Amino acid sequence: MRTASTANARPALKMPEKHYLNSTYGIRSWLLTTDHKRIALLYLVSVTFFFFIGGFFAMMIRLHLLTPSGYLLSADTYNRMFTMHGVAMIFFFLIPSIPAILGNFLIPLMVGAKDLAFPKINLLSWYIYIVGGCFTLYSMVTGGLDTGWTFYTPLSTVYSNSAVAPAVVGVFITGFSSILTGLNFLVTVHTMRAPGMTWFRLPLFVWAHYATSVVMILGTPVIAITLGLAAMERVFGLGFFNPAMGGDPILFQHLFWFYSHPAVYIMILPAMGVISELIPTFARKKLFGYHFVAAASLAIAVIGFLVWTHHMFLTGQSTYAAIAFSFLTFLVAIPSAVKTFNWTATLFGGSISFDTPMLYAFGFLGLFLIGGLTGLFLGCLGVDMHVHDTYFVVAHFHYIMVGGAVMGYLGGLHFWWPKITGRMYPEWLARIAALILFVGFNLTFFPQFVLGYLGMPRRYHVYPPEFQVYNVMSTAGASILAVGYLLPMIYLTWAAFFGKVAGDNPWPATGLEWTTASPPPTENFEVTPVVTWEAYDFHNRPDLGLDVPVGHPGVVPAHGDD
Amino acid sequence: MHRTGALYGQFNTLEQQKDTASLGMWIFLVTEVMFFGGIMLAYAINRHTYFHAFAVGSNTLSIQLGTINTGVLLASSFTMAMAVWSAQTGKQKLIPMFLTLTILLGFIFFGVKYVEYAQKFHHHLVPGRNFDITYCVNNPEKCEDIDAKDLNIERNEIEEAMQADPDLNAHAQLYYSAYFGMTGLHALHMVIGAGLLIWLLRGSLAGRFTPEWNTPVDIVGLYWHFVDIVWIYLFPLLYLIDRHK
Repeated sequence: MRTASTANARPALKMPEKHYLNSTYGIRSWLLTTDHKRIALLYLVSVTFFFFIGGFFAMMIRLHLLTPSGYLLSADTYNRMFTMHGVAMIFFFLIPSIPAILGNFLIPLMVGAKDLAFPKINLLSWYIYIVGGCFTLYSMVTGGLDTGWTFYTPLSTVYSNSAVAPAVVGVFITGFSSILTGLNFLVTVHTMRAPGMTWFRLPLFVWAHYATSVVMILGTPVIAITLGLAAMERVFGLGFFNPAMGGDPILFQHLFWFYSHPAVYIMILPAMGVISELIPTFARKKLFGYHFVAAASLAIAVIGFLVWTHHMFLTGQSTYAAIAFSFLTFLVAIPSAVKTFNWTATLFGGSISFDTPMLYAFGFLGLFLIGGLTGLFLGCLGVDMHVHDTYFVVAHFHYIMVGGAVMGYLGGLHFWWPKITGRMYPEWLARIAALILFVGFNLTFFPQFVLGYLGMPRRYHVYPPEFQVYNVMSTAGASILAVGYLLPMIYLTWAAFFGKVAGDNPWPATGLEWTTASPPPTENFEVTPVVTWEAYDFHNRPDLGLDVPVGHPGVVPAHGDD
Repeated sequence: MHRTGALYGQFNTLEQQKDTASLGMWIFLVTEVMFFGGIMLAYAINRHTYFHAFAVGSNTLSIQLGTINTGVLLASSFTMAMAVWSAQTGKQKLIPMFLTLTILLGFIFFGVKYVEYAQKFHHHLVPGRNFDITYCVNNPEKCEDIDAKDLNIERNEIEEAMQADPDLNAHAQLYYSAYFGMTGLHALHMVIGAGLLIWLLRGSLAGRFTPEWNTPVDIVGLYWHFVDIVWIYLFPLLYLIDRHK
């Protein structure tokens, strides 16, 4: 058992002499790198940039809604604000966040490979993301767009007077970045696994990304062609979605949601993968029902493709179709619940520590539960009639996207920050930031459930005075939330340069990525690793230094509470 | 990542490298199927809703040119397959020859496509303000490339269709949206393919492809065949909807 005395007796930790960060220097060595770890950091910088752009628009929305008559923005500007908030957050932050940063960094490490299958294509996908981002930024600085992030036709193709075309082209281009990332992950998991790394020894993070990649490669091309046609319609006058020519705007919605509903799973599945890593590590216990959690990821990816018209219950589609899609929507709750129950069951009898990543994991569990269950309200035909296009929907998907995906993202970022930078973040500050985030988040979005249920429609720039108290709460929460996001950005950046040296495996955790140095060398492993243990097995791992005696149940005081 | 001979640094064996490359290409082709799938769905729905307009629109295309292009592309698939075979069996001199033939056939396709597109512009068959499905029928002197017999048939067809669908002119634009959208995307893929073939040609002239290592020829071949198969679908979907005579 690790005691305080053995911990003190350990020599002071030192950074490895050569690692991926200091192997080469200069701007070219970063912009032309094919190292998946450096590309992950390129993504980290650019995705964070878009996160704060999206956050700025969110702040404008919340400030504007402080009073019922809306004192800050004109109606037109308000439309642009919520549209650009959605576009920046969904296409340029949430979709690439966990896969392109953490997935990129970790998947080769987790499967024991020297790099992804196609390192150059990996770099290409970052450049594609940047080019797409530039188009969209161009649209934002030349007046923005006001169609809503869904680009519904014929508003976007015929009537809108805002800079729709560059934004749509930007999102179209960025889609290919996502396709190439998904392709790279799929091939890597298939062909690059180290000896002994069988499919059922893969960490669940990898399984989750495998499922995500399936969604990326099957869904994203469809949004690409859809937005491509919409752009050609706006620029060259094709007519598929234009009712004046006999085209069908509902067809656009079908094609759009055929991708954009599965895209929700592109955002949440990787976060689930992160949670599956955090919970066993900080409960110091093998994950309960490994095979079920792995299969649940795939089930979510598959069923996720069969639910898209629940966004369109009120478009006049056939009632029978609506019933079928409502049923399928309920079905997707089953694998999600399997995961939630298994994470909770893992905690049972575990030796739980409350390090920052675990706080995020707990936050995820609670918020995802609320977000998921309110999703069932919305999938239910009768209730959906009532709350469709209200703040109830806004609150629901923010509980999934922010409460789920962003919590998972930040939890993962803290958990792997010692691996990425070789240095530890300030633990107490991080715990307080996690708490601030949790409080701020709930204060922002819980009142919106009430607002929506009472009938406040989304996307309106004014509202009846009796709704003000909830809106004031929400705006107050948003300011707390902003502090909660700024804090990690500041102290994580600080820690990357001045934090305490972390060592190879500070938690300790069981994944293959923790067996190499922190930060890892450019080629990831000195020698190709051979895997002889099952995932999340703390018992047969003397290298973790836990010294669990034979026959001992394995409940060891966890790290961080000394 | 460094390259050691034919082996890229992230791989351990040549076999792993080859498997990885072809799996990557197959997955990419899956994404391409989904990509074309979206526009084919739009086509299918509109063709179902506006059958008369699609039939008339289809009959304004030149079946001769379409057939020639189908033949050209099938031939190019054959020469591409021969290039792959030459690389696999180590027939070094044949590789550039077959690649050149494939590129040539690709350019013949572009030439024919150019003639077709230009014709559509002259006949006012491009979606937009000037679209007029009756243009040639009403101005036979401006459409001298269509012979009088065909124009007569066309006039009768348009009149019949007008009775079933008074808004024929608008709906025929949907047909031409599909035509330009689908063939345009296909042509874009051909352009990318031609670029890849030229890159292969340079490699093959330098003698880079051997029976041990010919992955680029192999996977570009897959891509080229896929683009051909797309055309095999486009030809009947666009040209053969309701062939008269």
